[in-house]
Amino acid sequence: MNYETLLKTLVQKDDRLVVMTAENRAVIRSLPSLMGDRFIDTGITEQTMIGAAAGLALRGRIPVVHALATFLTLRPFEFIRTDVGIPGLPVKLVAAVPGFYSEANGPTHQAIEDVSLMRGIPGMQVFCPGSQEDLVLGLEAILMSPHPSYIRFNPRSIQQEGFQHQKEFKIGKAEVISRGKDVALLTYGALLNEALDARRLLEAQGLSVHLVNMRTLKPIDEEAVLEATRSTKLVVTLEDHFQTGGLYSIVAELYLKNRVTADVLSLSLGERWFKPALLKDVLDFEGFSGPQIAEKIMARVREL
Amino acid sequence: MLQPEALKKLQGRALKVREHILRMSTDGGCFIGASLSCADLVVYLYEKFLQVSPDRFQDPQRDYFLLSKGHDVPALYGTFVEMGYLPKERLKNHLKTNDSIYWHPNRAIPGVEFHSGSLGHLLSVGIGIAMDCKMRGQKNRVVVLVGDGELNEGSCWEALLVASAYRLDNLVVICDRNQFQANVRTEELIPLEPLAQKLEAFGCVTRQVNGHSFEAMDSVFSEMKFDNGKPKAVIADTLRGKGLPSIQERADRWFCNFTAEEIQSLMKELHGESLATIQSEALIVR
Repeated sequence: MNYETLLKTLVQKDDRLVVMTAENRAVIRSLPSLMGDRFIDTGITEQTMIGAAAGLALRGRIPVVHALATFLTLRPFEFIRTDVGIPGLPVKLVAAVPGFYSEANGPTHQAIEDVSLMRGIPGMQVFCPGSQEDLVLGLEAILMSPHPSYIRFNPRSIQQEGFQHQKEFKIGKAEVISRGKDVALLTYGALLNEALDARRLLEAQGLSVHLVNMRTLKPIDEEAVLEATRSTKLVVTLEDHFQTGGLYSIVAELYLKNRVTADVLSLSLGERWFKPALLKDVLDFEGFSGPQIAEKIMARVREL
Repeated sequence: MLQPEALKKLQGRALKVREHILRMSTDGGCFIGASLSCADLVVYLYEKFLQVSPDRFQDPQRDYFLLSKGHDVPALYGTFVEMGYLPKERLKNHLKTNDSIYWHPNRAIPGVEFHSGSLGHLLSVGIGIAMDCKMRGQKNRVVVLVGDGELNEGSCWEALLVASAYRLDNLVVICDRNQFQANVRTEELIPLEPLAQKLEAFGCVTRQVNGHSFEAMDSVFSEMKFDNGKPKAVIADTLRGKGLPSIQERADRWFCNFTAEEIQSLMKELHGESLATIQSEALIVR
């Protein structure tokens, strides 16, 4: 089961769902023939697509809107905030090639501030599935929730022998993959696969790793973060996002609110655009391969 | 053809609406210039064109009116009072925290379909509504009032392309062509002419009309066809500040905050008596 197959099933079950795109059909190619009028391609007009999605939602539809993450979040940002956010309409924004997935496209296509922008809109939910399977687990709940939602589309499967996501998906609940005593590794989206690699390497060096796939960044699973913090000596936030406004910021806000502090290692893009290349090479170049992540964590652990 | 009594009723309504607008131009003020330019249009639409009324405002088959140039909302507030959507007393709450009657429209006001204030949004929202009406095989029409200055916004033209592509013949775009944007004449800043040809070229069946003549508006709107696969555009030629010669077509009188005395003398001016003398500072606000 992948995203497209599941979406096909869901749109056949519920005619409130309309599928929209600003001429990006990569993951919805089979939907036009199936959906007729309920498939709307507005052409390369992100603002109009979002405004129209708001109009459709006003009439009782649930628009599932597709575009590349940068163009979906940035070009029509004010339309999302104003036409979807202010009235709290259930428009579902499916953002393709977010973070490192833009690969060799270059900075114009690097959505690495998307979480920051979207979570800044009151009422907007932010979902960052750790794999395509994870997305499939949560999709129906996300589409059926009455709130505007942003989905960081994840096309990859986890490349780990025998790995299976926990089947239960609940909005606002993280997936605690393993419980450990030394290092808490919190991550979301594309980097879950690398985090699993890193965990294996750290465990081989005798560390006990508490690994959490955050799944939804807004609402955030506060208890999962606090539990991870309480039970370990070092918290690592791992993300393919600028440091500002992403998971590191979320965790910092949460600590302040709960009067908690901790040793935190932020593995993010800081304030830099990443080197455009194919995914594997990007990970290596930017220091986000499993072994590099493990190495950075070990270096910090030694300093503790 | 408008019957004389229908015309008289429209003119009476429009005068009342202008009185409301004027009364909102104090204690903080409002965007009076643009409100006065579209007052006749809004009155005409609610009185003669739109299939909507206070008791069927939730009806999914109603016509939709979207005020995209939201700063002229006093014209809408006034019309809502005259049409029975909004109790007259609520206008006294203009800009007060005990109500939601402020400088731009919002859905806390019965009759307002969608909020606006940021220019260039509601053509897109209107497209979504119009698409859904078509999908459901319903005959309701979606009317979007845009400003001529607002047509600077690229999103308007994007929306027109899409409306035309989707053959949204249930969509009517009306441009309040009062020739001004906030601070200057449109043709002095970003010229729009030839506007009718532009709108035609974008696929709209386009008509130009005197936006202060109910007879002229009636002949355009009553003959409009909704089964030709094309969106409709109406350029309504209007005067900013229409009805108050002392502020009409003055670039520095688009947002006004008059004193109580000035309101009194402008009220006389509105009724064709002596011209008012205005001392209060001319404001240029955006």
